Amino acid sequence: MGRGLANTADERRRDQRTTTSIQADGPGRGGEAQTAGVRVKIEARGVDFFYGATQALYGVSLAAGTCQVTALIGPSGCGKSTFLRLINRMNDLIPGTRLQGEILLDGEDIYDSKVDVVDLRRRVGMVFQRSNPFPKSIYENVAYGPRVHGVRDKATLDEIVETTLRRSALWEEVKDRLGSSALSLSGGQQQRLCIARALAVEPEVLLMDEPASALDPLATAKIEELIHELKERYTIIIVTHNMQQAARVSDMTAYFYLGRLVEYGATAKIFTNPSCQETEDYITGRFG
Amino acid sequence: MALHTDRRYEEELAHLRQLILEMGGLVERQIGDATASLVGSDRQLAERTIERDHEVNRYDVDIDEECLRLLALHQPAARDLRLITTSLKITTDLERVGDMAVNICERAIDLCDTPAPLQVDLPRMADTVRKMLRESLDAFVREDADLALSVCKEDDTIDALHAQMFTELIGRMTTDPSLVVASTAHLFVSKYLERIADHATNIAEMVIFMVKGKSIRHLSVPASI
Repeated sequence: MGRGLANTADERRRDQRTTTSIQADGPGRGGEAQTAGVRVKIEARGVDFFYGATQALYGVSLAAGTCQVTALIGPSGCGKSTFLRLINRMNDLIPGTRLQGEILLDGEDIYDSKVDVVDLRRRVGMVFQRSNPFPKSIYENVAYGPRVHGVRDKATLDEIVETTLRRSALWEEVKDRLGSSALSLSGGQQQRLCIARALAVEPEVLLMDEPASALDPLATAKIEELIHELKERYTIIIVTHNMQQAARVSDMTAYFYLGRLVEYGATAKIFTNPSCQETEDYITGRFG
Repeated sequence: MALHTDRRYEEELAHLRQLILEMGGLVERQIGDATASLVGSDRQLAERTIERDHEVNRYDVDIDEECLRLLALHQPAARDLRLITTSLKITTDLERVGDMAVNICERAIDLCDTPAPLQVDLPRMADTVRKMLRESLDAFVREDADLALSVCKEDDTIDALHAQMFTELIGRMTTDPSLVVASTAHLFVSKYLERIADHATNIAEMVIFMVKGKSIRHLSVPASI
């Protein structure tokens, strides 16, 4: 049964894809078989990034496939969160930062001067480590984004709120108290509300920065289950310190160390037989 | 290779390797004693060897439990994951080799009442098989894929030796029917030794997987790895 459903979903996705392949960057070239035929959604080309005089990323090239989950792993300070934040230009907000190289969304440079950053952040949503709902009602948290983007009709907003809360697997738990404060929800529910808030403006890409690190195992499992469902529609890039989480949820894994992309490949390959000794040392806990 | 940050985990993996080695050493001794009991018509040695098989079985259970514990508590990945899954398979092969040694002892006991000189060079075959087993376990400990590959290649020699013994023993039974009982037992022993060589080859193949992350099982043996 499960197999049948998966095939159907695969076929549906395949129809939407072109025949472009994702090439695994660096020595980890195990990803081709899994990603052959997957259309590239996000592509970084030779990205260097600086916080003032300090270089945080060195020549990172990485392509993330449409409707795939790409996990970024590595020790603290390796540049994975910096890289994630570059994808919706969150680092623009930090003075003195500088980027060289290109980051393409559907083949177009997101750092081009013509790009509307607000529109980019609608297309590329973000969920953070700590849930950060607005101090408003559950309904208002989800409706806020669409309102900002001009949706005024109450019926349309109602529909968006319900659809989005269903998609983020929260609807059944909150449908009878949409007017309650979002801050009354549990940590796990607040995080799913934040995911709903990101989904409400119909993004194409979802960036997740350690979305479950502050949650208990059950709430974490719900977020991971949700990630599995969301990848039917969205391209997801997730930063996680939890190695098992990366193994469970992602199709592709990228290992960063000291600002460099050390290895990028199919998750199953990275976790059973990585190509680089540095990757192997990190994922097996032989580090530092 | 760097050590684990978690030293206890490192020690537990070393302990697992040690258990496999101890089990391998015991099984190797079982083959030696079984062959000696056959050659020397030594019923007592055969019975003691059969009795000792429960120690082999105990290792099998203990190593399985240790592997399951490591899998559950440490969620190993990559090299460590391959070490543990390989250990699970190796222990099954070693346990079967232990059973083969018991089978050889049983044939030795069968022949004790009617001793007959060996018609073929089973001790030499047993030595070669023990060497294969020892080298497959050395390859495991030293993570030496080349040594493991040489064990895989040796299997053809044993197969050829068994085929040769089969022909010789059938020939002797045909010409001298009084040798049928002894020759049949020797034929069985030759088959047991040939099976032990297969198990040693299985272990060597798993060692190659453990070291290289590449499976060569059910394929023709490659020239190099």
